[in-house]
Amino acid sequence: MGINYIYPEFEVVRNDARCIRCRVCERQCSNQVHQYDKDLDLMISDESKCVNCKRCVSLCPTRALKVVKSDCLLRENANWSNDNINEVYKQAGSGGVLLSSMGNPKPFPVYWDKILINASQVTNPSIDPLREPMETKVFLGKKGSDIKHDENGKLITKLPPQLELSMPVMFSAMSYGSISYNAHESLARAATALGICYNTGEGGLHEDFYCYGPNTVVQVASGRFGVFKDYLEAGAAVEIKIGQGAKPGIGGHLPGTKIVGDISRTRMIPEGSDAISPAPHHDIYSIEDLRQLVFSLKEATEYKKPVIVKVAAVHNIAAIASGIARSGADIIAIDGYRGGTGAAPTRIRDNVGIPIELALASVDKRLRDEGIRNDVSLVVGGSIRSSSDVVKAIALGADACYIATAALLALGCHLCRTCHTGLCNWGIATQKPELVKRLNPDIGSERLINLMNAWRHEIKELMGGMGINSIEALRGNRLMLRGVGLNEKELEILGISHAGE
Amino acid sequence: MDMKQYCIIGNGVAAAGCIEGIRSVESDAHITVISREAHPVYCRPLISYYLEGKTRLENIGYRGHDFYEKNNCTVLYGQEAARIDAASQKVRLKTGEEIAYDALCVASGSIPFVPPFQGLDSVPRKYSFMTLDDTLALEEALNKDARVLIVGAGLIGLKCAEGILHRVKDITVCDLAPRILSSILDDECASIMQRHLESRGIRFLLGDSVAQFEGSKAQMQSGETVDFDILVLAVGVRAETGLVKEAGGNVGRGILTDTKMHTSLDQVYAAGDCTESHDISCGQSRILAILPNAYMQGHCAGVNMAGGSEVFDQAIPMNSIGFFGLHIMTAGSYFTPEEGGELYEERGEGTIKRLFSKDGYLTGFILVGCTERAGIYTSLIRNKTPLSEIDYEMIKQNPSLLPFGKKYRVEKLGGVV
Amino acid sequence: MKRVFVNEKWCLGCHLCEYNCAFANSGETNMAKALKNVKIRPRIRVEEDGDAITFAVSCRHCSDPICIRSCISGALSRDETGTVCIDHDKCVGCRTCILVCPYGAISEDENGVIQKCELCVKNAAGSPACVAGCPNRAIIFEER
Repeated sequence: MGINYIYPEFEVVRNDARCIRCRVCERQCSNQVHQYDKDLDLMISDESKCVNCKRCVSLCPTRALKVVKSDCLLRENANWSNDNINEVYKQAGSGGVLLSSMGNPKPFPVYWDKILINASQVTNPSIDPLREPMETKVFLGKKGSDIKHDENGKLITKLPPQLELSMPVMFSAMSYGSISYNAHESLARAATALGICYNTGEGGLHEDFYCYGPNTVVQVASGRFGVFKDYLEAGAAVEIKIGQGAKPGIGGHLPGTKIVGDISRTRMIPEGSDAISPAPHHDIYSIEDLRQLVFSLKEATEYKKPVIVKVAAVHNIAAIASGIARSGADIIAIDGYRGGTGAAPTRIRDNVGIPIELALASVDKRLRDEGIRNDVSLVVGGSIRSSSDVVKAIALGADACYIATAALLALGCHLCRTCHTGLCNWGIATQKPELVKRLNPDIGSERLINLMNAWRHEIKELMGGMGINSIEALRGNRLMLRGVGLNEKELEILGISHAGE
Repeated sequence: MDMKQYCIIGNGVAAAGCIEGIRSVESDAHITVISREAHPVYCRPLISYYLEGKTRLENIGYRGHDFYEKNNCTVLYGQEAARIDAASQKVRLKTGEEIAYDALCVASGSIPFVPPFQGLDSVPRKYSFMTLDDTLALEEALNKDARVLIVGAGLIGLKCAEGILHRVKDITVCDLAPRILSSILDDECASIMQRHLESRGIRFLLGDSVAQFEGSKAQMQSGETVDFDILVLAVGVRAETGLVKEAGGNVGRGILTDTKMHTSLDQVYAAGDCTESHDISCGQSRILAILPNAYMQGHCAGVNMAGGSEVFDQAIPMNSIGFFGLHIMTAGSYFTPEEGGELYEERGEGTIKRLFSKDGYLTGFILVGCTERAGIYTSLIRNKTPLSEIDYEMIKQNPSLLPFGKKYRVEKLGGVV
Repeated sequence: MKRVFVNEKWCLGCHLCEYNCAFANSGETNMAKALKNVKIRPRIRVEEDGDAITFAVSCRHCSDPICIRSCISGALSRDETGTVCIDHDKCVGCRTCILVCPYGAISEDENGVIQKCELCVKNAAGSPACVAGCPNRAIIFEER
């Protein structure tokens, strides 16, 4: 086996005075870290297998366990970090591309945390959301900028199809395959109960979940998996996925070993065949090509459903968004570089794309400048972590936000970032039946509903503080934002003043 | 309409079942209980536990102290029924008093069977071991120097031996049968239990019987002589069928009833050790003098007496019995291969499991020292579960609910049963 | 009455119910103290067939309990709520109830008499500890 160059990243610390040998940790760890030694009457751990998902820690009934970062580190080096060195070791051993999961963990600036929200004092009254009505409902879709009358002089009120959301948040795309059946059921049930939408991702829609169609966004991605008439008709909106924040410019690859049973049927590909999503849509090499797909989908759904085009936030995002708006899309979804993923090449995830805050601000400005802002709604994701991120995004110009990592956290995800192993101990990013059953959708949907209700309360509080009683009135209201610790250029792109100004 | 009158002859567990059965249907009627013994209902098998110190007199009652009062019963303690007049629906007591009934339950139990041993009259201290009074009398005679001879190595004799061993000097148990517990165990299992009892100091004379008593000395047929201070006669019991027989009812070795516990006499029911039951594990009618049957028969009789509807058609022999920490459970019938039976056997450290099946059904089992979850096996016999419907291979090794399949589990564990 | 129901679809076979049961019935306030170096005797038991099938079994509190009908000492009874309770003082450990329980839900306790789930009505937990501690709502306490 040779030399193992990589020392385990974590240590499993067991307080033996508390350990009652119940072996729950052993039974619950799909990575087989824990093992009971009968001869020694001792629980022993192989920390080299530990991914620090904290499943054992959470279930240990006597709180005898903790998982801590190992202090067995290489000699400190500001340039050559432990991660850099270990990655070299790994690649020198494997010769392969490094894979990672979930969002970019590198210490790039998080602009949400450098933006502050305004509140009313004296000169304009704040509003108490407990006493006065507060509207968080939004409609996504083309609004049209002109007032039009019919031949009798009557106002034309008919709008293109809209996606109605009780609050400006949706669960973003996660495919059945990348996440489990029970995770999907949790999302679908929660979205339905909340009056928002979840998104199928590119894995098709499981036959059991058609009943949640009015709260489902069905995705059409480059692999076109599971796309057919009923699928398109089932959803409340259709999303064309061009790219995602975690891996802009990169396709997807679900290995054939995972294409079994329901997943194969839902994706409409033979069992055991690799599900390869090409990097581009091979029928889209221009905005004109995109327009063809947009209108094909509109035609297929009789112009009853809004069409979303989702792209990753990349350098030319403003121009790209302008093109998408002109392609006929109703909604543009932009995914920032911190967006999560089930699996992405590490180098792509950590180095490609731009922050969503900057992308959003520049897209919103560009569309306004071009007078086409009302032709589309903007949805942003990657990564929205809290209700205040939502409020800041709306004030920067978004119509709504996509959340996925936060939703997974609500379902129990501990961001161990090893989704790609398929051994998720929380029953989320796995297809192994014994692991999938760990996520009971009764609990999962309840927790998602709790989270969104909590955010809705907080959004109302923040709106009330600003003296705003309708979320629509906050959209693009950048006067409500101030930057702190940002340079001139950043403030300029964000279109906000510095705190104190 | 006048309040209904129910009468129960006997005051054992079957009678208690009958009272509770009546009350589950009707709350008003009056119940008269004719109790030969001067004690509220208790369960006879407890007498050995009492001597052993595992229960106390104040705990020996089968039901709470207010049982009769709560159930509006009049108990005639120390009274015996002399005859039943089925035509006029009356029970005449030995005192001459008559009790009219609308429905009668005969739960007269059984009486010890004492063979005509020569010289038995010469034995100064001899006891039966059936009732609480027998027990209290025996207890008075116990002392650390006493040598005890127990005639009968059945359940009663051996439980008696276990109960008094720590209070006497030594115990000898004799039985005409070549093995102990001959009614429920086969040779091998019996010998395991025998060795276990011998290791505690009990001596056995098997295949041997008393030829003659001469005071406190028993001359055995084998020629051996046993000197003893206390004699306990536990040879066997007989169903008390006389009252029904004399009234013209059908009796065999026990009183015959239908599945509603109704005898051949109008408005006369019977329950408990005095009856014969249809043993579904072998398809034959036999006396199943065991407590669960007594209660269930009594309850069934009570319900039907009061105009309700219940049938008791799941009778099987079954016994759970332990001696000095070694437990044995048996149930049903053991068919040999010649009789078309199949045997599954498993042996462990001091344990034996024998499952007997026939024609695709479990018919009986013997478990020595491995009695966990045995009720799952019992239910297979009682419910006549076709073994083809479960994973018999799995359940043989481990009595559990897994082999029943998901549908059964969803029903039983996810619903009210 | 409220009973404990098991849904094997969500049972993970983690066995926490067994430990929570043993702890609740231990009379101790600290689980490590109660269960360290102790061979537990839970009143609920997990059955499993590999990882594929796992479920917990405890007393069903049958509407017509055969254990009560068969109890020779009168130690088993239903309380006013319908809970099948054992009077440990009256029980002589004959195990007839074990012989008849079709669910295998009755077992011997450390004192040689029997034990069974009494829905935690007699211990400090107050309501079933197996239910409260189940991480996946595979065990539910409700009226059905």
